[in-house]
Amino acid sequence: MAPDAGAARDTDWDGVRLHVVTGKGGTGKTTVAAALALALASEGRRVLLAEVEGRQGISQSFDVPPLALTETRIAHAAHGGEVFGLSVDAKAALLEYLQMYYKLGRAGGVLEKFGAIDFATTIAPGVRDVLLTGKVYEAVRRRRDHRAKGPGAAPAYDAVVLDAPPTGRVVRFLNVNHEVADLAKVGPIRSQANSITAMLKSPQTVVHLVTLLEEMPVQETVDTIAELRAVGMPIGGVIVNQVREEILTLDVLDAAARGAISGRDVAADLTRVHVRATGALVDGLLTEARDHAERVALERDEAVVIEGLGRPTYRLPSLSEGVDANGIREMAELLMAQGMT
Amino acid sequence: MAPVLDIDALIGDPQTRIIVCCGACGVGKTTTAAALGLRAAESGRRVVVLTIDPARRLAQSLGLTTLDNTPRPVRDINDTDGGSLDAMMLDMKRTFDEVVEAHSTPEKAAQILANPFYQAVSSSFAGTQEYMAMEKLGQLRLEADRDPDNPRWDLIVVDTPPSRSALDFLDAPKRLGSFLDGRFISLLAAPAKAGGRAYLKVFSAGVNIVTKTLTKVLGGQMLNDVQTFVAALDTMFGGFRKRADHTYALLSDRTTTFIVVAAPERDALREASYFVDRLDEEQMPLAGLVINRMYRVSAPGLSAARALGAAEELDDAESGRPSAAGSSGAPGHTAITQGLLRMHAIQAEIADRHESLAKRFIAGHPGIPMVEVPAASGDIHDLVGLRAVGEALAGN
Repeated sequence: MAPDAGAARDTDWDGVRLHVVTGKGGTGKTTVAAALALALASEGRRVLLAEVEGRQGISQSFDVPPLALTETRIAHAAHGGEVFGLSVDAKAALLEYLQMYYKLGRAGGVLEKFGAIDFATTIAPGVRDVLLTGKVYEAVRRRRDHRAKGPGAAPAYDAVVLDAPPTGRVVRFLNVNHEVADLAKVGPIRSQANSITAMLKSPQTVVHLVTLLEEMPVQETVDTIAELRAVGMPIGGVIVNQVREEILTLDVLDAAARGAISGRDVAADLTRVHVRATGALVDGLLTEARDHAERVALERDEAVVIEGLGRPTYRLPSLSEGVDANGIREMAELLMAQGMT
Repeated sequence: MAPVLDIDALIGDPQTRIIVCCGACGVGKTTTAAALGLRAAESGRRVVVLTIDPARRLAQSLGLTTLDNTPRPVRDINDTDGGSLDAMMLDMKRTFDEVVEAHSTPEKAAQILANPFYQAVSSSFAGTQEYMAMEKLGQLRLEADRDPDNPRWDLIVVDTPPSRSALDFLDAPKRLGSFLDGRFISLLAAPAKAGGRAYLKVFSAGVNIVTKTLTKVLGGQMLNDVQTFVAALDTMFGGFRKRADHTYALLSDRTTTFIVVAAPERDALREASYFVDRLDEEQMPLAGLVINRMYRVSAPGLSAARALGAAEELDDAESGRPSAAGSSGAPGHTAITQGLLRMHAIQAEIADRHESLAKRFIAGHPGIPMVEVPAASGDIHDLVGLRAVGEALAGN
């Protein structure tokens, strides 16, 4: 199906240019960010997927060589869409920034030699986050034709997806302005931080949260949404990852939890299809069913908490083969089908 | 087959004084550290668990409501063997303040503590947490050893900070130490000292460029704060480096041991692999690997393929005859059995995948002792749950 020119699909995040993806460690936020980038790139769009912690999670997700300091095309999407990957590096961002705004030339090398670059990118508080978010800011605002000006000029990327730091650190990371405000009351770092914050808090940006149906990730999701709200960051959707396929019906789960499934009947059925129904096997299956019922009950409680957040919620299945490049395509399709892009 | 990590032998050995739990984010490090501490305490050790985690997960798993920068006793443990368990959460800013206060005059300390640059560094610099975790570990060790006849603790269990990479725990303190002793600091400190230093004249052209650029980029006020901070800290420089080096040395001591924690996922095992290699390189003692959340089936005799096949055969067998129970709404027992078989197939596949990930790790790191902790069906947030994890860690 070819897209009609100009006909926009009805999606939940129309008008958003920067999708920030966070989540507790282990929830799969990097793979979700990758899937979201791929989904956004369908129908011929150009999308940048950026990471800021130097983990090379993007290249591992897409099974491509480690990303260098330049934006590299890492995947094709439907109808000519493209996903570019970038591992944002604070040092490179600083040198680029100095070059762009101060035309430093030789001084960059001197700064490097004196350890000033290391100082700014690793020790000086807040400056690192200003640089990392600053690079993302630059990518969001970049024009396809760099001479073109004004609101009508085509952007270099139709959307940018940021694989952000995990929930524990993300609010501090995004709230760069606050971080440097106490240090740099005036000067270019301050004004740069102000412009970044203005964009991050504008309707162009949303912060999506990835979670599992487990107590701690859900708790962190709830806490992070409250923190984001407190600093005025726009909150996006909640992506529930690794949702188990529901196999047992409610009444079977209920019977399993109560230990009310008849082992004799199960044994008889197994024998009918020539499975040796030892006591250990039948007991094992019943134990599995009871454990499963217990898990499902806990997951249901967590799902209620997520529902209570009142955010658009998307569900992604647990992929039995583990997540590889194909798994990411599958996840992208599912996000599109649920109207996220 | 990898050798088994014998947790009970490890915590039962009085020579084991420090256990460091490290690994990627979200693999259950904190739970592992707490469970180890509890098990050691209930076997008669005097234990303190140090956790460094803004989410206060240890607090949750220990049923505590307040955890601050001082060790607090954990109640309701079984102390019939004479053991005890204290737990604490690192407050990095307070720890940093204490270091400053301990190493400078009261006037100078007050000046440093009031400096905006110091306040930012001590509460938000990416490496401060790791540096202060090491610092706190050193302090706890000193405190433990103060009275050798009656040590307050004879085992310290450390949960490492939730860093970008598990390696940060080892790297960040050195980075901060070498920065504080580095050339750039001397450069920043120079204008604050009368006349500067002779050797700086050699670089004077460079120095000018650097200061000019910094003023342009950071603004004069921020640079000024940095310089005041650096000048005030001047007397402590050597101290920082020495302390970082000292605690680092403590980590290679034979009374320290590392436990690398992972989960059966590609990324977590990759991090574990980096860490294991690094410990080897630094000749730091590795006790072994804990793989948490290993999925296991209760009916291991039945393979996923066989279970699916049997479920289909039951379909065929049923379709031949009129449905007896299905039409009434409640599932008949055959439908239940089919459900159990399909559910088992999915679980067996996950268990197989976890097993093969673990096997691949072992193949890449032969000889590393390992223990697998089965996935719990619920969340762990009390002593009962931690005790069960402890049992699993001990291989029971």
